[in-house]
Amino acid sequence: MGIRNVEELQDMHLDVLKEIGNIGSGNAASALSTMLNCETDISVPNVKLLDFSDAVNFLGGPENIAIGMLVNLTEDINGMMLYVLQHSCASQMTSAIFGSEIEDLANMNEMERSFIAEVGNIMSASYINAIASLTGLTIDISVPQMCVDMVGAILSVPAVQFAQVGNKVLFIDDSFVIGGCEVKSNMILVPEMSSLEFLFNRLGVGI
Amino acid sequence: MGMITVGIADLNIAKEPDVLATYALGSCVGICLYDPEKKIAGLAHIMLPLSKDAVNGGADNRRRYADTGITELIQTMSLAGATPSRLVAKIAGGAQMFNTTSSVFNIGERNVAAVKKILAAYKIRIIAEETGENFGRTVFFHPDSGIMEVRSATKPIIKV
Repeated sequence: MGIRNVEELQDMHLDVLKEIGNIGSGNAASALSTMLNCETDISVPNVKLLDFSDAVNFLGGPENIAIGMLVNLTEDINGMMLYVLQHSCASQMTSAIFGSEIEDLANMNEMERSFIAEVGNIMSASYINAIASLTGLTIDISVPQMCVDMVGAILSVPAVQFAQVGNKVLFIDDSFVIGGCEVKSNMILVPEMSSLEFLFNRLGVGI
Repeated sequence: MGMITVGIADLNIAKEPDVLATYALGSCVGICLYDPEKKIAGLAHIMLPLSKDAVNGGADNRRRYADTGITELIQTMSLAGATPSRLVAKIAGGAQMFNTTSSVFNIGERNVAAVKKILAAYKIRIIAEETGENFGRTVFFHPDSGIMEVRSATKPIIKV
């Protein structure tokens, strides 16, 4: 008995995703801390199913300008993962490493862009590694694609992908402490339903 | 003047002096239909091309697809007093937000193509178009003047 809709997931499944998120965030925090050369802590991430519009509002409203980084997942798990980083958080990171904030998010310089792309790379890879090592599955990820634009427009990409299976997105809400300042970052996971089923079966919480 | 906001996979209509708005179109397409004589306007924010290609035939939400969404918009507008044969269209959106070659990401282009096909089937002329490229757009439509206003993150405001 498979599921066709992400809304059919139960608390148990969300708890499993939360644990994966937790391990992923832990990996990400230690990688970031090495990269930024300062202490980085992370709290337990919040994993929830949000309506598309709630997710957009959570990220500052449809016209809020943010950074989106998208990777495609292939092999045992098919789907996509979107990492959303807000201006203030990106600035906190560039301050830690270059000593300056990002003035204009939509017109980042080459150095800022490649640094932020690397952060996105680390974050996505950390999560995927957590899932892969917990399940023993092989997951290939594409090179992350970056887009700085309105949050609503960025989120429409996973929303369109998800439209066939439900109106909700899997939303991982992370909170980091970098050099004493709290920064938030968000990961949106959009697996195909069959992949999600496969994932839960592997983890012994079959749907 | 009231602002009538149209959410994703939704539609609404307005008469002057109200204004229709839909925020942050990415690969989605905003379709503004307008009866210039009655000054009645409608706006649909569609996500996907054709309902027949959906797993469940699009029965879940007709407003999500170009074909069923446009059909419902025309019906709603005629009920409000607009004459279908007089309608003209202005469309915006259908961007490719992320730069990849995968067909999933090409959904913007497919959405625009589907919208044009459906509008042509209804013999509705497209008199303005701000589609494609790689950035998000917010659309306002003014039923008093028939002007579509398009805002984006980095480009100047366009009024067509």
